[in-house]
Amino acid sequence: MSFKEIYTKYDWDEIKTEIYMKDGSHVEAALSKTGARSMEDLMALLSPAAAPFLEQMANLSHELTQKRFGKTLQMYIPLYLSNKCSNNCLYCGFRNKNRIKRITLTMDQIIEEVKVIKSYGFDHILLVTGESRESAGVEYFEEVLRLIRPYFSNISMEVQPMEQEDYERLIKLGLNTVLVYQETYGKKYHEFHPVGMKSDFFYRLDTPDRIGSAGIHKIGLGALLGLDDWRTDSWFTGLHLNYLKKRYWRTRFSVSFPRLRPATGVIEPKVVVTDRDLAQMICAYRIFDENLELSISTRESVRFRDNAIKIGITSISAGSKTEPGGYTADTGELEQFEINDSRTPEEIACMISSKGYEPVWKDWDIHYGI
Amino acid sequence: MDELILAGKGFRSRLFVGTGKFSSNEVMGKAVSASGSELVTVALKRVDINDKEDDMVSHLMLPGVNLLPNTSGVRTAKEALFAAELAREALETNWIKLEIHPDPRYLLPDHRETLKAAEELVKKGFIVLPYINADPVFCKQLEETGVAAVMPLGSPIGSNSGLKTRTMLEIIIEESNIPVVVDAGIGAPSQAAEAMEMGADAVLVNTAIAVANDPVRMAEAFGLAVEAGRMAFMAKLGKKSAHAVASSPLTSFLDD
Repeated sequence: MSFKEIYTKYDWDEIKTEIYMKDGSHVEAALSKTGARSMEDLMALLSPAAAPFLEQMANLSHELTQKRFGKTLQMYIPLYLSNKCSNNCLYCGFRNKNRIKRITLTMDQIIEEVKVIKSYGFDHILLVTGESRESAGVEYFEEVLRLIRPYFSNISMEVQPMEQEDYERLIKLGLNTVLVYQETYGKKYHEFHPVGMKSDFFYRLDTPDRIGSAGIHKIGLGALLGLDDWRTDSWFTGLHLNYLKKRYWRTRFSVSFPRLRPATGVIEPKVVVTDRDLAQMICAYRIFDENLELSISTRESVRFRDNAIKIGITSISAGSKTEPGGYTADTGELEQFEINDSRTPEEIACMISSKGYEPVWKDWDIHYGI
Repeated sequence: MDELILAGKGFRSRLFVGTGKFSSNEVMGKAVSASGSELVTVALKRVDINDKEDDMVSHLMLPGVNLLPNTSGVRTAKEALFAAELAREALETNWIKLEIHPDPRYLLPDHRETLKAAEELVKKGFIVLPYINADPVFCKQLEETGVAAVMPLGSPIGSNSGLKTRTMLEIIIEESNIPVVVDAGIGAPSQAAEAMEMGADAVLVNTAIAVANDPVRMAEAFGLAVEAGRMAFMAKLGKKSAHAVASSPLTSFLDD
């Protein structure tokens, strides 16, 4: 059964109602179990009824995370390759209606960016683009991977959805991880993604299957927080995750929690997701699946990030620039979203150490999985 | 304590320590010293093989401590062979802890790939210590390939659940001609002692030390527990009995 078939069995509004109907006894039941929790339990952990249990959830999440991942945090940095985009996602600084300078980095420019990134000490990198098959398609990505592979042990990508054979080509060249966020699993998807390839909800929904079938090492999922009810979106993300991990059992999974950030020419968040909400979400995912990697970016504030690493986060970006060429030139106005934590990678590493964790720069070998 | 002989090399400590999950390389180094361990595993994927002063490896350059690189992260025999070659070159040792776990969640070993890799690695002159499920028949098959020891799991990695595979471990220990190292799942010094009392030749511990509030003291506690367990095994434990044997209702008629 495909995920589409599973997904269409559920009604967004009904699931939302069920989540909001959960009470303290459901939360207590979910917390008192051990091992993987059910989808019912996830509802309870994400529900408003779990709010009074947040400290207890955080303690459990802390303990489960240390047991599985130890006192370590994986460091990574994004490298924005292109801000060209054929989509018009209302919340994104790269939306095609925005009159900004569009660039796609050349190989020479990429090498200059890589030099700066390497000087910070990074070994795990995340390549990011908008969606522009003409200027940043699979051939371009192949060229980039060939170019940067000698410099990194672990290469991830967050780009437009592609076909299975495209992923196979890129995996051969060292691609380890693909992140593809559904943004929202609800009916409002079409409202936020009116044109371009991204307007096809089910093509995007099916993307993790194509990535998994290609034999990738890791898939990252997530919903963009601020578009619709975060509890319901998180539950559907959990449903997607459960489906994928049974089918692609050799693949690792990560979840991210991007909250909408201000950017040039974009909409305001439709729903406010508070720090307290985000903390509950992180703990809920951890208790739901103790093996899940949970990632946090520089979208979040210094204060939140410094504390989030103790309640379930396993990987963290640092020193990020969200505009192509941002590491070598300060172009500012081209960025996808505003950074909220502008500390240097070194400062982040010191913060992590001071909290009793080891910042891990290398935890893979480029020769694995090729 | 009597020496453990592994691939012709003598070890005074029967505790092997894993080096992942520590809060810093400094704490890791101190914990290894406190444990008394002479064999510590290092994940090749954590080591920068181009850096002669890699921070993790530097902290393990301790007197009497030998490095045992592992292939953690590989999913196939082919990748394991590659990783072993890299490790041999980078860490200048032909010892390799072979672990192939295509399931990234519970990190359970793949026996088909492990057997293939073990055969090849032994041929290439490696001292192979494979991490495996507690499967007695598989242990004998591995023994025939020429591996130096078998490393069956007590329970899944990092689970701190203790010797859930106890019955199978007993059979493995009884049948094995090579050292049996109980690896994975040991969550407390008492469980390490239990494995040693059963007759395991050594145990490998990582998470329970690294994640303890005070890893250095916990490492020392494990060192003591392993020594106590081994001593008890050598001294031969008395037989357990669930109840006192006072009368013989079924055979007392023979005395009448």
